[in-house]
Amino acid sequence: MPSLHPEQEYFAHLAQGRFMLQRSASTGGYVFYPRVAEPGTGATDLEWVEASGRGVVYACTVVHQRPPAPDYNVVLVELAEGPRLISRVDGVAPADVKIGMRVRARILQESEGPLLVFVPDAP
Amino acid sequence: MTGFIRGATAIVSATTHGLGEAPGFTAMELAAGASVKALATIGLKPRDVDAIFVALPEDPMSGLGLAEYLGVQTKLTDNNRTGGSSFETHAIHAALALEAGACDVALIAYGSNQRSAAGKLITSLRPNPYEWRYRLPRPVGSYALAATRYLHCYGVTRDALAEVAIAARRWAQLNPDAFMREELTREGYYKARMVADPLSVRDCCLVTDGAAAIVMTRAHRARDLAARPVYLLGGAAATEHRDIAQMPDLTVTAAVHSGARAFAQAGVRPGDFDVVELYDAFTINVLLFLEDLGFCKKGEAADFVAGGRIAPGGKLAVNTNGGGLSCTHPGMYGLFTIVEAVEQLTGRAGARQVANARLALAHGNGGEFSSQATLVLGSAETL
Repeated sequence: MPSLHPEQEYFAHLAQGRFMLQRSASTGGYVFYPRVAEPGTGATDLEWVEASGRGVVYACTVVHQRPPAPDYNVVLVELAEGPRLISRVDGVAPADVKIGMRVRARILQESEGPLLVFVPDAP
Repeated sequence: MTGFIRGATAIVSATTHGLGEAPGFTAMELAAGASVKALATIGLKPRDVDAIFVALPEDPMSGLGLAEYLGVQTKLTDNNRTGGSSFETHAIHAALALEAGACDVALIAYGSNQRSAAGKLITSLRPNPYEWRYRLPRPVGSYALAATRYLHCYGVTRDALAEVAIAARRWAQLNPDAFMREELTREGYYKARMVADPLSVRDCCLVTDGAAAIVMTRAHRARDLAARPVYLLGGAAATEHRDIAQMPDLTVTAAVHSGARAFAQAGVRPGDFDVVELYDAFTINVLLFLEDLGFCKKGEAADFVAGGRIAPGGKLAVNTNGGGLSCTHPGMYGLFTIVEAVEQLTGRAGARQVANARLALAHGNGGEFSSQATLVLGSAETL
């Protein structure tokens, strides 16, 4: 299934509960965010494949707000397939999110649209 | 072949204007004010200019606007925008164009009223459809991610970030034009309000008004216009991403590439520099740039800056005006690194003057460690 409209199709998949990545048939490289060609090689034979959903926290920060607004975490997750993406880790206090933590993807269906988040992975 | 001729062009005038708070002025008024001041210093008028390089915060066509405002008919108009490093790239492009004879007098200018008008940093970063809902505050949150990764990988603590902030403040205390000059103690640093771990307000650049302008010509003419021209010995840039998620390694910036190429053009090594001006949008920048530009090895910047070694009287003079952290940061700071390098090389830096400064580095950073641009500047003795 080639990707013709990368951004539209990514979010359409997410709305249907599927976290999909692009992979080049010729190079095997995974691509995120979705594009019309693989960065560097320019390969246009990008196909949608379901992500494993597994990843590791590569970098994290706690954003501090003026009270009473609560602090929250933002992370850079390195997916098992290689690409990194910005997200957050739910189900754990912001200060307890650590680099190296193994996480698993969840898709939340919210009024603003589907949202990819991560939760701590079972050891 | 490096594509860059060492010492073929020079900065003949450099000035700041309206630093700190300049209420009631527009960004264009501030940039134009700096421009006429820089030109008048060397006896030139706007109509003597034939190339304009500018990037105003909220005006993507500011090259056209500044030409019109000053009454300049240009042969070359450059709005190149690589964030805060735009102005280093302007100097590189101006040098190549001057050397090729495409223009004769190049004006590079910047101005912003963002402290008075907006009260917060005006950023050109746009919402990313894959990222905006996680509410990463930009750009500070992106630099915070790089900082947590760096501290984690190299076992570094916030003490190293504190050293950078305190050194900048100590330089600012020697600079009457600096915006924040009260003493910053280690206790004061650790008490500051946290913004995005591990970066507090004392790890973040200021939000000020301010403007700057420089004028460049070929070296032959420079000697007629300025008593002490500052020669461009090398200049190189490198861009590798836009948003932090796409940065190949959050602990290594493309300054590795821009610096190595600029130093090769100039025929210099890190140990040769008398003065180093680094774009310190955040304290973490200084640590990464000292490593990536070769002043120390990866992971060793904490030791390199410890004990006031980049503060006044230290081993290496870094950010001698007080930097974006304590002197000025009107949204984009790149041009101010160049102006301060010129101040030092022409011996006009007053109480903060580095004795016998001959060789200076001005390094610009743009976006989220996205664009790096390095200039090697030298006095006549370095030719």
